[in-house]
Amino acid sequence: MLSSPGWSLRTPSVLTRFVIFTALSLALMVVDHRGQQLARARAALSVVFYPMEIAATIPARVGVSLAGMFSGKQALREKYDRLAAKQVLLEARLQRYDALRAQNTHLRKLLGSAALVADRAVVARILQVNEEPFTREIIIARGSRDGVRDGQPVIDNHGIMGQVTEVDPEQSRVTLITNPGHAIPVEDVRNGLRTIVFGTGAEDRVAVRYLTAPVDIKVGDLLVSSGIGGTFPFGYPVARVTSIVNDPNEPFLDIHARPIAHLEYNKEVLLIWPVKTPRWPLRRPSTDGLQLPGTSHGH
Amino acid sequence: MSLNQNNRSRLVIALTFLAALFLSILPGPESARPFRPDWVTLVLIYWCMATPQRVGVGVGWTVGLILDVLYGSLLGQQALAETLVAFLTLKLHLRMRMFPRWQQAVTVLVLVAISHLVVLWISDLVAHTPVHWSYWTSSIVSMLIWPWLFIILRDVRRRARVS
Repeated sequence: MLSSPGWSLRTPSVLTRFVIFTALSLALMVVDHRGQQLARARAALSVVFYPMEIAATIPARVGVSLAGMFSGKQALREKYDRLAAKQVLLEARLQRYDALRAQNTHLRKLLGSAALVADRAVVARILQVNEEPFTREIIIARGSRDGVRDGQPVIDNHGIMGQVTEVDPEQSRVTLITNPGHAIPVEDVRNGLRTIVFGTGAEDRVAVRYLTAPVDIKVGDLLVSSGIGGTFPFGYPVARVTSIVNDPNEPFLDIHARPIAHLEYNKEVLLIWPVKTPRWPLRRPSTDGLQLPGTSHGH
Repeated sequence: MSLNQNNRSRLVIALTFLAALFLSILPGPESARPFRPDWVTLVLIYWCMATPQRVGVGVGWTVGLILDVLYGSLLGQQALAETLVAFLTLKLHLRMRMFPRWQQAVTVLVLVAISHLVVLWISDLVAHTPVHWSYWTSSIVSMLIWPWLFIILRDVRRRARVS
């Protein structure tokens, strides 16, 4: 019936339909790019395809559990020994941390600022890594039902990973600091130099832009979040400078850094609800000899 | 079988698209990223070529939109690319059916590359994206996988008597 001769006369031609759908796509893109009107539609569609996204992660999860099933006794033994040793080390370090925290709180009280309360954190499982090239994004299994909100910082046990950019009831999308559209205000731990770290789209590289030649930044410098802008709390490691190129033909230095967080290896990430604290420099510039414990770094 | 021929055809086509979408969002190692074929575009090209009366510009647009939602890209970006692919395939489908397999694969390479180019243009307009050569290996892998996918989908179409 569909292929009867009259069919092509009753429906619009292929070209007409192509023009209609192209116009529709363009209109959608403009609306989506300009504003937030489509956010709700996108969230609704995401919910519809949520089971599929979950199903897509099954092979990887089965693989991990199979690998666990077949890993030998010897391997487990070695892993146990390693973890036991690490546990001792961490406990020892934690004792020092408690003392330091007490000391810190005390000093802050003396200075009249609010006591530093640890940021609230919740562990979230990574459901999916976006496979589209250049969009450095992950999807995590925590959503608005767990209190996740737009713009919330996401970290791992090494440093800042990115921020939440889309929240659904059961999951949310996290834009990593390596995403080309992402920027994060940082400061150099060594001298307090404020700058901005941009994503490049490459998995292991971020860029420090808009710094001109006579500036005090060195390879190996640790950049931590400066807390300016209010999205990220102060003091979390972001990246370490790996290369500085001064091309006289370019107006700015070409500085690259490697993210501290293990962006490509994690299974779990931490969502934090930062507590508003006043910005607090780790080290003042040009005060040699004054160094807080635990901030030592190699050049 | 309570399904009549028409509904069964639709179901089979929908299932192949679902499988393609599933393969596109399957998590994989970072190093394998450039070698992932563009499953959805390949399946779309096949159905546009084999059953142009069923699958066309509208289906292409819909599948593209679903891909946009799954990828979290700008809504309409993949939709536009798939619309274009569907349109070009519909225009070429009679010739493509006559082509020897290798020539068909080359045509597929061109079609997939065009769709990637459209996506790249749009992402570049919205936010400047660095282009790496590995962006194009996906089109080449798509071309290499086409003959095998063609055989599988043709088999599916014949067994399910999709027409």
